Amino acid sequence: MNSILQSVFEPGFFASAPVRVALLAGGMAGLVSSVVGIFAVMRGQSYAGHALADISVTGGAASYLVGITPLWGFAGVGVAAAAAMDLIGVQRRRGRDLATGVVRGAALGLAALFLYWGTTSTSTTGATVTVLFGSIFTISTSTAAVAALLGALALGIVAGLYRPLLLSSASPELAFARGIPVRATGALCLVAIALAVSLSALTIGAILSTALLVGPAAAALRLTSKPGVAILWSVVIGLAATWLGVLLAYDSYYWPPAHQGWPVSFFVVAVVLFFYLLAQFARPAGTRRDKAAAGQAEAGG
Amino acid sequence: MLSGFMVNAWIVGAIAAVVAGAVGFFVVLRGSAFVADALPTGAFAGAAGASLIGVNTLAGLGVFSLLGALGIGWLGRRSRHDVATALTLVMMLGLGSLFLSFSTEYAQEVYSLMFGEVLGISVNEILPVALLGAVSLAALTVIYRPLLLTSVMPELGEARGVRAARVETLFLVVLALATSMALPVVGALLIFSLMIGPPAAARSFTDKPALAIGLSVAFAVGTVWAAIAASYRTNWPVGFFVGALSAVWYAVGRAAAAWRRSRRQARAAREQAGYARQAATVRM
Repeated sequence: MNSILQSVFEPGFFASAPVRVALLAGGMAGLVSSVVGIFAVMRGQSYAGHALADISVTGGAASYLVGITPLWGFAGVGVAAAAAMDLIGVQRRRGRDLATGVVRGAALGLAALFLYWGTTSTSTTGATVTVLFGSIFTISTSTAAVAALLGALALGIVAGLYRPLLLSSASPELAFARGIPVRATGALCLVAIALAVSLSALTIGAILSTALLVGPAAAALRLTSKPGVAILWSVVIGLAATWLGVLLAYDSYYWPPAHQGWPVSFFVVAVVLFFYLLAQFARPAGTRRDKAAAGQAEAGG
Repeated sequence: MLSGFMVNAWIVGAIAAVVAGAVGFFVVLRGSAFVADALPTGAFAGAAGASLIGVNTLAGLGVFSLLGALGIGWLGRRSRHDVATALTLVMMLGLGSLFLSFSTEYAQEVYSLMFGEVLGISVNEILPVALLGAVSLAALTVIYRPLLLTSVMPELGEARGVRAARVETLFLVVLALATSMALPVVGALLIFSLMIGPPAAARSFTDKPALAIGLSVAFAVGTVWAAIAASYRTNWPVGFFVGALSAVWYAVGRAAAAWRRSRRQARAAREQAGYARQAATVRM
């Protein structure tokens, strides 16, 4: 028994401090992303989530330039971009992706500029890769504390707005008729998405944080149509993916070809996709719609 | 500014802009900005993989962007389109991060693949780019009519027997081709910005599709050349100028659309006033 445990958890897994911080920070990112992700997927804002992640690269690059923790850059620029996207009209369904894309393009252009300045002044060629792909094992304890704070803020927004947010995501017209400030709700939801994305940008990298935002939520929404249950499923999948990812990355230190460990982000993405495909096959797309149609027919007849 | 290697930059930039401007018109028309974003960003994983096993970068890019296009088409029929695109994208990027971790010497090139290094192009790189560009433009011409029909009026297309799903897949393949051709020379960000900003502006100037494509191409070429010139002067990355100019084009497009709308409203109001006057004279 002990030997099996030993071969799954390589020796020293739980004793190592970077791993403990990685598990904590990663767990926080997984938790927040999978909860917020449910709303992102329901509102069809996967692209907004992805763009916000890319845009937070700008913040990461800027923070390299001025020499502060990337997390502040990720979160600050992410929230600013969420506001900009709301201003130029992402709340309308038509042309929303276009507006999102334009903000993303301009922000990434700035990121290119900042990275260029950063690499020419301090010759940190690794900056690009760190900003894009994250560095979960190098998170400091103080950063983890800030991450927990920002995560709590995002969860607080979602919890405080739970009912109006749910209604305005499912049916904006109905929400408007009930007197819910649909636009303000949407803007706050974007802010929550930006915060969630900046947390995962820190852990698995900016351009892969979309995986944690969309993957668990999409899988969960396949499994159930009840929002509360979907959030639970999403959290389970998100946490499992992050922790399995950290574990596998730690184990992979002894794997070929380089003996330097495979990246955490790769494992997290792989596990998320695995769960998504599993959910896809566990409940084929037809059944739920057929059931709903049958239910409607029954109600009508 | 017009010597040796700069000439290559002007030429390649123009080729990329022509293809991006033409393909981008349909990207904007179909509202598929996310796909236009995902394919170039994800395809870079192919470049990393190609350098790992030691084959031509262009081949890796082509394979990955094609796989990405087919993946989006396949998953998109089974789930929400944006979710399918997001998941395909992260799958490719995840593989990319794995490839990158295997070969340490490739890390520096990530920057140029994301943001473009248009100023360092050699003469031998022009020919493959021109060939692939011509192929994607030809493919776009072949599917022009059905693509236009399904983009503007899907129901009419369905009634005429045009299969929307097949046209969508073909369009994704053209997008993949255009992407993999331009990516190694101008970078993922640049090609995406060119596919969005100039066409968005062109669309708000005219309702005629052919004219809009022409305008879009002209704007795109102008953008790239201006960006290259500015980059040469300041030494700042080309991607920054293209991204910023693209946003400017979008703003111009929004302003033009608003101006046209207000003019149309004014004309409608005038006409209504005219009718009212006519009606009044008839009654008398």
